[in-house]
Amino acid sequence: MPSALWLARAVMLAYAFGAVGALVSRGRAGRALGAAGALAGSLAVLCLGVLVLAGGTPLPLPALVFPISGVLLRVDSLSAVFLLIIGLVGSAAAVYGYGYSAPAPGHPVEPATGGGAGGPRPHPDPRAMGTLLNLLLATMTLQVLADNAFTFLFAWEAMSLATCLFVLTDAADPEAVRAARWYLGMSHAGFAALVGLLLLLSGGDLTIPFEVVRQATLTAGVRDAVFLLAVFAFGTKAGLVPLHVWLPMAHPVAPSQASALMSAVVLKMGIYGLLRIVVDLMHGGPAWWGGVLLGAGALSAVFGILYALLESDLKRLLAFSSIENIGIIWMAIGAGLIFLSYGLLLPASVAFAGALYHALNHAAFKGLLFMGAGAVQRSTGTRNMERLGGLIGTMPWTAGLFLIGAAAVAALPPLNGFASEWLIFQALLEGFRIPQPSTALLMPIAVGILALASGLTAACFVKAFGITFLAIPRSPAAERASEAPFSMRAGMALLAAACIALGLGPFVVVPRLSGALEAMGLTAPGPPSPPLVTRPLGIAGTTGQMSPVLLAAGLLGIVALVHIGLRLAGARAPVRRVDAWGCGRIRQTPRMQYTSAAFAEPLRRVFAELYRPTDDLTVHVHPASEYFVQSIEYHAAVSPWIDRLIYRPMLGLLTRIAGRVRAMQGGSLHLYLLYLCVALLVALLASRWLG
Amino acid sequence: MTATAWLAAVQTLLAVGLAPGLAGVVRRLKARLQGRIGPPIGQPYRELRKLLQKEPLVAHHASWLFRATPFIVFATTVAVAALVPLLAVGLPIYAVGDLIVVVDLLLAGTFFLALAGLDPGSPFGGMGASREMTIAALAEPVIGVAIFALALTADSTNLGRIAARMLAHPATAVSPGHLLAFAALFIVTLAETGRLPVDNPSTHLELTMIHEAMLLEYSGRYLALLEWAADIKLFVFFALLANLFVPWGLAVTLTPLALAVALGALALKLGVLALALALLETRVAKLRLFRVPELLSVSFVLALLAVTASLLGR
Repeated sequence: MPSALWLARAVMLAYAFGAVGALVSRGRAGRALGAAGALAGSLAVLCLGVLVLAGGTPLPLPALVFPISGVLLRVDSLSAVFLLIIGLVGSAAAVYGYGYSAPAPGHPVEPATGGGAGGPRPHPDPRAMGTLLNLLLATMTLQVLADNAFTFLFAWEAMSLATCLFVLTDAADPEAVRAARWYLGMSHAGFAALVGLLLLLSGGDLTIPFEVVRQATLTAGVRDAVFLLAVFAFGTKAGLVPLHVWLPMAHPVAPSQASALMSAVVLKMGIYGLLRIVVDLMHGGPAWWGGVLLGAGALSAVFGILYALLESDLKRLLAFSSIENIGIIWMAIGAGLIFLSYGLLLPASVAFAGALYHALNHAAFKGLLFMGAGAVQRSTGTRNMERLGGLIGTMPWTAGLFLIGAAAVAALPPLNGFASEWLIFQALLEGFRIPQPSTALLMPIAVGILALASGLTAACFVKAFGITFLAIPRSPAAERASEAPFSMRAGMALLAAACIALGLGPFVVVPRLSGALEAMGLTAPGPPSPPLVTRPLGIAGTTGQMSPVLLAAGLLGIVALVHIGLRLAGARAPVRRVDAWGCGRIRQTPRMQYTSAAFAEPLRRVFAELYRPTDDLTVHVHPASEYFVQSIEYHAAVSPWIDRLIYRPMLGLLTRIAGRVRAMQGGSLHLYLLYLCVALLVALLASRWLG
Repeated sequence: MTATAWLAAVQTLLAVGLAPGLAGVVRRLKARLQGRIGPPIGQPYRELRKLLQKEPLVAHHASWLFRATPFIVFATTVAVAALVPLLAVGLPIYAVGDLIVVVDLLLAGTFFLALAGLDPGSPFGGMGASREMTIAALAEPVIGVAIFALALTADSTNLGRIAARMLAHPATAVSPGHLLAFAALFIVTLAETGRLPVDNPSTHLELTMIHEAMLLEYSGRYLALLEWAADIKLFVFFALLANLFVPWGLAVTLTPLALAVALGALALKLGVLALALALLETRVAKLRLFRVPELLSVSFVLALLAVTASLLGR
């Protein structure tokens, strides 16, 4: 397949062209060049992914693609799935970014009140955005193509730095600086773990190809250590609770095409790494590995969506929802590993296929939602939902597309979120085949947690869409909102179409995914018994089947029949517009509506044990009598206690250590030269004794 | 069309057509138990006919979503009715969607209804939407685990197959796992269909409403569709309880006699469930909203016990 090699070259050329082009030219031309490079590169990535998935054979890409020695690249079906993710969201982000990085329509700056969502800030430099977009896409492509530890590490660090620069696009914003600092700290802790695990795995030589690593035999202790390091390293990248702290800070402050990429694609690199290292290179492990992933995933799923529910900053809400979805994917991978450890290949395949499918689907709908939130922010100058509302009238396209994304993330049939969650449910329902009852009992509990998370997601996105887009505008800025430019709508429409297509076509997607499962070594020897049976227009797990296409056709048919039926029954009196019912109040104002906080209040009370909210009620009474209330102040806050519990002591310790180390810093050049000499001497002696 | 396709269509129409009647039966039984005469059983049909003729009023701030929602809710509910075995097991239509699809289709209806509650900007609609989504979210895990219990004994989430498996192995019907799962799903049915003690379908006080609060702004044909959909939802949940846990009477072969027996058995089972609901609604008072999670957690524990019992009793 020489065409794949050419495609890979085209990808790198296009991204390089886009990055340089955006940097050197100004204004509209710069934006166009950056977008064109990113779009062409992403489309080529998409083609490469489709080509490899259809062909199914792994393919080494000679290092020509990337001219640095020691770099080794190879594409197989597992990489191809993630190439699809990069290509899909990358193309949409490129188109969207062209419009987004144009100067926004002028809005008088409103005082930023409540929710921490600031008003409009000076627009970031479009040149930086174009260059960074191309760089980030290129590093991620490199990441999934890496075929040795050195390339993997190089791409990993380059990707982290590109992301960090994106977070810092608006460097004047203290929120962004803080987010970038957290992001850098966490991703470097993860990087350290990654270096450690790759050194252990490759026996010290980082340049040997992964194929050699795959054959290596390691002792059980080393394997366990590698696994735990992998959970830490990929958990920080994917935003797994409790390693997620950077995520809700970093994703909202980046420009929206970058937020979309970060949530939809960069997080998936953690998933990719986990699958590549733990499943592909190490062929899974004991059941407790799966248990750890299942538990961490369940924690992330519930924690993520519970905090998303309370959030009134639209982009932070989406960021927390990403934590939930990542949790669901980890749960599926954990279940897959458990099945694998008991030799139950079929359920394991369903679980891993569900994980991959959900990774793809989450990329489509979360990219769409972040772009929708970006369109809202650009048009109204705020992300605070308490100041939005009524946008379905002024931004009908954005509203409609965001609704598709919201329905997809809430796993409503027949959209894509449902298709993958259905597969994961099917996999978990297979849990009763596990011979050991104590392990088997984990599965119904996982089903309960997954169902709870999906129910809470539905509630959360009713709030996100309902408060932002429906009813009466809650602020003048929301009232004056105007529709997003065509390119932004086109970017969103692309992802919305993907949500619908991926939802209707699991019978096309899922069989292709089995190639990726084969690439991970998940095939039984002998004649190919397709683990994922496809039905005409539908799919079957191992215990049930469904057909989204027929379902969608049925739903449309019923709507049409009802419409005709109503006509025939003579129910066609014209609609009359009236005031909403208000128990006799004279006038309806936006202040009378349910707010984001009010909507989430019942669930906040139900889960008070988990939220540990702090409520503060102060009643000021007249000095003469306590029966005359002058004013009432009420503050309610929910701060994630996991952060307080884990990170505050750790940061305190780090600060203390840093204080001690400062004693060494004399500021004199001679002192530093002395340190250098001593360090060199120690290194030389150590190498002599050890080597 | 083949015979099975016709039968599937007939089943669906049966559910759609009989659903208001079932609601009428429950109302009538309830009235009798409370010492009233009550409206005739055909009353819901008359109400639907009246509503269909009336002029629909729509609030000023409501968007197109408000007017589309009745169609979406009605379509998802009817689609669910098409997927539930009413008369026969083993129809090909059950392969279009399994138990998980049924649950998520109903959730889709709830999702859009809650959005429509928020749309006119009235505080009552928002209140109803918030409460409805709270209860729906808390009911989900119960349903999930109960599905696990059912799938575990039947080795399938296909509704036709669950019923067929039970018919083939009658002993499983009285296993503890099965009885516990039935109890759990019965409680969920009350929550999902907005019956006492979770929600009062006949309340007229806005502040206590859940489901009705979301419907407050609706009138005319839109309200008719939503009321009808609510009736179908109750019918479908009853049919699920009846035919998944007590499948006897369902036609295995598609002969006219078997189908007639199936129809009779369905009427009998629905009648028993309607009586149980009427009795319950006469005996218990509405729970405070923040006591509802306790009720649902009881049913979650029941479902979990059901799975444990089934797992250990394999």
